[in-house]
Parts: sequence; structure tokens; C-alpha cells
Amino acid sequence: MNCGPGIAMRRLTAEEISAAVAELCIRANRQLPEDIVGAMNDAKTSEPWPVAEATLEVLCRNIEAAGDMELPVCQDTGMACVFASLGQDVHIEGDFKQAVNEGVRRGYEQGYLRKSVVADPLRRVNTGDNTPAAITVELVPGDSLELTVVPKGFGSENMSRLAMLKPADGVEGVKRFVVDTVKTAGANPCPPVVVGVGIGGTFDKVAALAKQALLRPIHQRNQDEFYARLEEDMLREINLLGIGPQGFGGRTTALAVNIETMPTHVAGLPVAVNISCHVTRRASMKL
Amino acid sequence: MEYRLKTPLSREELSKLRAGDMVYLSGVIYTARDAAHKRMMECLDRGEPLPFEIRDSAVYYVGPTPEPPGRVIGSAGPTTSGRMDAYSPRLLDLGQKIMIGKGMRSKEVLEAIVRNAGVYLAAMGGAGALMSACVKSARVICWEDLGCEAVRRLEVEDMPLTVAIDSLGGNIYESGPTAYLDSLKEGK
Repeated sequence: MNCGPGIAMRRLTAEEISAAVAELCIRANRQLPEDIVGAMNDAKTSEPWPVAEATLEVLCRNIEAAGDMELPVCQDTGMACVFASLGQDVHIEGDFKQAVNEGVRRGYEQGYLRKSVVADPLRRVNTGDNTPAAITVELVPGDSLELTVVPKGFGSENMSRLAMLKPADGVEGVKRFVVDTVKTAGANPCPPVVVGVGIGGTFDKVAALAKQALLRPIHQRNQDEFYARLEEDMLREINLLGIGPQGFGGRTTALAVNIETMPTHVAGLPVAVNISCHVTRRASMKL
Repeated sequence: MEYRLKTPLSREELSKLRAGDMVYLSGVIYTARDAAHKRMMECLDRGEPLPFEIRDSAVYYVGPTPEPPGRVIGSAGPTTSGRMDAYSPRLLDLGQKIMIGKGMRSKEVLEAIVRNAGVYLAAMGGAGALMSACVKSARVICWEDLGCEAVRRLEVEDMPLTVAIDSLGGNIYESGPTAYLDSLKEGK
């Protein structure tokens, strides 16, 4: 399709998007990303506390069992968080949002996934098909569409927190808030957890950063060495809390801390902590 | 210690359990989570019977995934028990003996466990596929409209559970981390 001199538009249909989202919902729920499986196996090998080692052993066996039994790794198959990096030279035929929700509907039905979404936060009637998804779209250069589905369980989502700190609180204040959030969460978010941290931006953007931090494979540190070190520092402190796998005690309270940042106002230091459980799920596809 | 037990548990069986013990539980248990608990409270307020006999019962906080063809249940790991804290003391006072879930409980729940010589057992959070294999039969008995939150009667076999809070008030979520941290101090 020509949309002007020299500009070629790539066409994608709503159906292609729905099919991709459906497949990603099922895949993400049955099969954990390699970095998470690797980190769980490493934790099992290096955990010094016997109860914790035995617990990690069971959790690793569960990951395998889910694959063998073609069942979701966890029964909380989450609210479907769908991240789309949409090339600005892509033309979508049909309604994008509807296409994504149709994909979620299909994936959760065909994959025998749990429908965990209520239509209204206070009147609480289940929508019956796990829609709507929580959709985030980012416009990027290019002519492809990259979709990532993150089924987010609420055992861990519920333990997440946000604070508008003062600039004077500095690195120590941020560190204290993050470690304290994990400590307060204790056994509830199914440790070992992955800790997504957002720093900077505005009240709304910092929460989005914390969630975005969970998209990064956990063996990759922040590219800015200052923040890479901070990630390691925080992880070390968290793993001295003693909470351990399932909160039964032990070293492995967290598998990783991922930090994402953005510029912020002279008067502010927003921090958000989005906690994810040991079943940290994501699956991506490029169209 | 490790025990293989069958529901309903006798007073002796309940009283010997200590936080940190392993229990392989078999027999009948009932599922209920947030919405079902809320409705159970409404039943009690109206003086109506509960969907199952609460006396000596075991309640599992779970909302399973739908069962694929050929399976009795989908993934079936525990949900966070703390959300049931508002309801549990009333049910324990009515004779419920066993709660199965994951995560910490309130002081009020702990006191109700001690008062009624009950027990809180922790299932492995996030191990939905493994827990599924322990369920031998599953049937919705009430409030089907709640979907995954409907009340189900499950027959389970050798469900692996950890005693989280025992009838003396022992609490693995405190004693477990403390024991680990003490071991670090001793190591230094």
C-alpha cells in the first residue's frame, strides 16, 4: 500500500494480531522463560539452607511438570499484560485493541487458562473470558510489530508499592524503600521473587517503569553501570532478609532486581516496586 | 517430622503437628476463596446453612484453572491466605479445623487457630501443576456462577503440605527465617 511518495506501509490484519496474542497467552503460561528457569536451577544449586533447597527443588519440578502435563505452571494465569512495540510504518487493518482482546479471549479459552478478571473493581463480576487485557503500546521506528504477553498474577501484584520520595532521600532512600517493600511482602508474593523497580518520571510513569523492568531477562543488568551496581546491591540486601523460598526461611528471597529509570522533576524522586513471583512469565513474538 | 494423614483429622493428630512438619494429606477437602468466603459469611448472617459441613472441615484456598479433557482439574496451587483473614476466625470458631493456603496470617487468625486447636497448612505457592496431580476428583458443589471461585469438593491423595501455624501458635513464617538468620550469625 502506498501512502505517499516513497513511504511503504506494512499491513497487518486484526486476525494476525489475535492469533499471535492467543498463542503467546498459552505459551507464557505453560513454559517459563529460559532466564527464569536457569535462575531457579542456579538458586537450587547454590542455596545453603536445606529447607530452602528442598523448596526450590519442588518448584523446579513443578516447572517441568507443567510442560509434561501441558498445564499452566501456576493456577493464577494472571491478568494479561500485553506490550506492543508498534512500528510506525505498520498499518493495522481493523481495531487493534479489539484484536488484542480477541487474542486473550481465545488464548484463555483454548489454553484452559483461568479467567481471573472482574469487569468492575467494586462490583466484581467476572468477565468470563479474562478480558480486557492491560495494553501498553509504544510507537517505534520500523515496520514490524513486537508483542509481549506477561500474564501477571496478583499474589505478587498485590505486594507492589509506590512512593514519592524527596530528592534528599537519595540512593539510600530508594534502596530502603525497595528492600522494605520486599520485607513487608514476606511470604505472600511466592518468593523467590523478581523485583521490578522504576525510578524517576512522574507518578504514573514510574509504575509503568517498574512493570517494564520485569520484561528484561533477569541475567541482564541495567546498561548504566551505576544502576547495575545498585541492582546487585539491592539483591544482596534482599537476600539477607532470610525470608527464603515460600517464606519458610533461607537465602533465596529474590532471583533478581531489575531497575528502569527516566528523567524526573527537580522536586521529585518517584519510586515504584512491582513484585513478580518465581513464576515470572513472558512470551514474545515479532510480526 | 513427616505425617501421612487423612481428613477429617482427629484431635490427637491435629495437636501433634508442629510448624515446619510435612503433612501428606489425603481425603476430602473443600475449596473456597475470596468470593465464596464472602457468601459464606452472608449465609451465616442470614442463618442459612453453609455449602458444606464446616465442623472438622479442611478448606483449601484455591481457584483452579479449567480442567483440560482427560484431567479432573487444571493447575491447582494455593492463593494468598491473608485475604481470607477477615473470615477465618468465624469459621474456625464454628469448627473448621484445617486451612490450606500460602502466606502469612493475621494475629486474629493465629489466635483463632490456638483457641480452636486447628492448623494452617501451607501448600507450595506457584506449584499448580504438581498440586493438580494430587487431586483425584473434583466437583463444583455450590455457587457455580463464581467460576474459578466456585466451591468445589476435592478428593486429594498425598497432597504435600507444610505446617505453617500449629495449634500452639508456632509459626513457620517467623521461626523459619529466624532459624536461617541465626545460622548466619553462628557461622560468623
